[in-house]
Amino acid sequence: MEVITSPKHNIENGGSYCLGIESTADDFSVGILSFDGKAHANIINAFIPEQGGIHPREAARHHAEVAGKVITEAFEKAKIKPSDVKFIAFSQGPGLGPCLRTGATAARALASYLRVPLVGVNHSIAHIEIGKLITSAKDPVTLYVSGGNTIVSAFDAGRYRIFGETLDIAIGNCLDVFAREAGLRQGVGMPFGAVVEKLASQGKTFIPLPFSIKGMDMSFSGLLTAAVELVRKKKYRLEDICYSLQEVVFSMLTEVTERALAHTEKNEVVLTGGVGANKRLQSMIKAIADEHNASFSRVPTEFAIDNGAMIAWTGILAYKHGLTVPIEKSMVRLKWRIDEVHVPWVLQETE
Amino acid sequence: MNMLIQKGAEANLYLEDWYGRKVIIKCRLPKAYRIPELDTVIRTQRTLHEPQLIHRAKEAGVPTPTIFMIDVVDTKMIMEYVEGKQVKQVLNNLSPSERLRLCRHIGVLIGRLHNAGIIHGDLTTSNMILTPSGKVFFVDFGLGEFSTELEIQGVDLHLMKRALQSTHYKYAKECFEAVTEGYAEAVGKENTVNVLEKIREIEKRGRYIAERKEEGDAEGS
Repeated sequence: MEVITSPKHNIENGGSYCLGIESTADDFSVGILSFDGKAHANIINAFIPEQGGIHPREAARHHAEVAGKVITEAFEKAKIKPSDVKFIAFSQGPGLGPCLRTGATAARALASYLRVPLVGVNHSIAHIEIGKLITSAKDPVTLYVSGGNTIVSAFDAGRYRIFGETLDIAIGNCLDVFAREAGLRQGVGMPFGAVVEKLASQGKTFIPLPFSIKGMDMSFSGLLTAAVELVRKKKYRLEDICYSLQEVVFSMLTEVTERALAHTEKNEVVLTGGVGANKRLQSMIKAIADEHNASFSRVPTEFAIDNGAMIAWTGILAYKHGLTVPIEKSMVRLKWRIDEVHVPWVLQETE
Repeated sequence: MNMLIQKGAEANLYLEDWYGRKVIIKCRLPKAYRIPELDTVIRTQRTLHEPQLIHRAKEAGVPTPTIFMIDVVDTKMIMEYVEGKQVKQVLNNLSPSERLRLCRHIGVLIGRLHNAGIIHGDLTTSNMILTPSGKVFFVDFGLGEFSTELEIQGVDLHLMKRALQSTHYKYAKECFEAVTEGYAEAVGKENTVNVLEKIREIEKRGRYIAERKEEGDAEGS
């Protein structure tokens, strides 16, 4: 029996699709795209803990359990055969170690079995790239806000640069922890962010909370503590606390995004990530885009949350530039910053 | 003469003739995206606070523009127009030795601020103006604060590092080293070591930061 240690990069034998695997945090997802950017499947399977936050090991166990099922489902949805796959893309980082490794293992196994190349994709850049594909933005300032990331980024001199980020916890993490501390419950299709948003819409009275912008960057941890303190005091309506929390954190995000917009003088703003589903945040970012004569687009939720389609699409961009990775060098990169990533495909588009 | 010279996220700057003087009027206009309760507090606080910081910076030996008037109701401030160029515009075009000398000098000025318990809050090369006589003026203290906390000083200097990385990435490393040298000259070796240690800690706190990369690679499989 032949032991396969690395895929033979025989692209002639492959089909015309890319299969992308996403597993950086609580979602395991598989997307199948053709080279023209059409998404033929984008199956997302979320891990929802009974209580508490996402334990990396439990989420990884979930991913391992559903991987086979999700991959099969994606093939069925896309109506293609495994032999139609030209290469496999996977989310190589940043993210939670055990989760990343589970997705990487599935990707390596598929690539070996199908004897197709493997492409490692930076998760945050994938959010930006699918955002550009879906909204048709060419060269935007992107605000990417989720449970694990808070990044204001724009392309400048060969790289996606970070024009603002969190100094401590991510915005989604801040809202999630607050919601849990306030005793709220989330459900399928109703994540903590949506629960907080709903309560906030019934808020009337603004309670001051620390507004913490440090230059280009933001800090949410002190603000979170202060908001949780307000809940514990039992003096205020929860609706008002949610309202105040949202107003303060979103004003911070908006100010930093506006600063990046003023600095880079770009004329497009794209909002993505799970927190981007919040209507109040959307209206604020749209307001500053309008003020700077820039267009505003929000990535639809299916492609804004963690999804396999974005990995497949960014994989296609990288693959076209020969950026495949041999299996033995495909280690996951837990803290892979976007400004470290070589993105040759963007240069062509913007120049 | 009433010319908008900068439309920022935090304030608009106008170049004006004010009783025969060339002045900058910094207007913190209401931001429609913020609720009025929050908007008013942010604008008023920053307008009141900034002149205090600018004044104390002068006492500490850091050149800053002269302030002529503050209007808390309209949240605006009238101040001297400093003739010169933003460090951002000149830094990449200097000779290597001039560039390092300038960065070292900037480091000294940051050190003086921190000695005096002043945090600039937005240390970028666009907030530093190099005058024809070679002086460096620090402007825009709108996000500044008074503090002697190591944590806050660390964040302040970390911002300088980030600004160099995003705008002057080719020379970021050597420039920041020169800034650190100048900083050490002003605050002493021991304090500098402590602040740099704090910066490393701050960078590790951010979730996916380069400094944790090696560690991350080791974990990877």
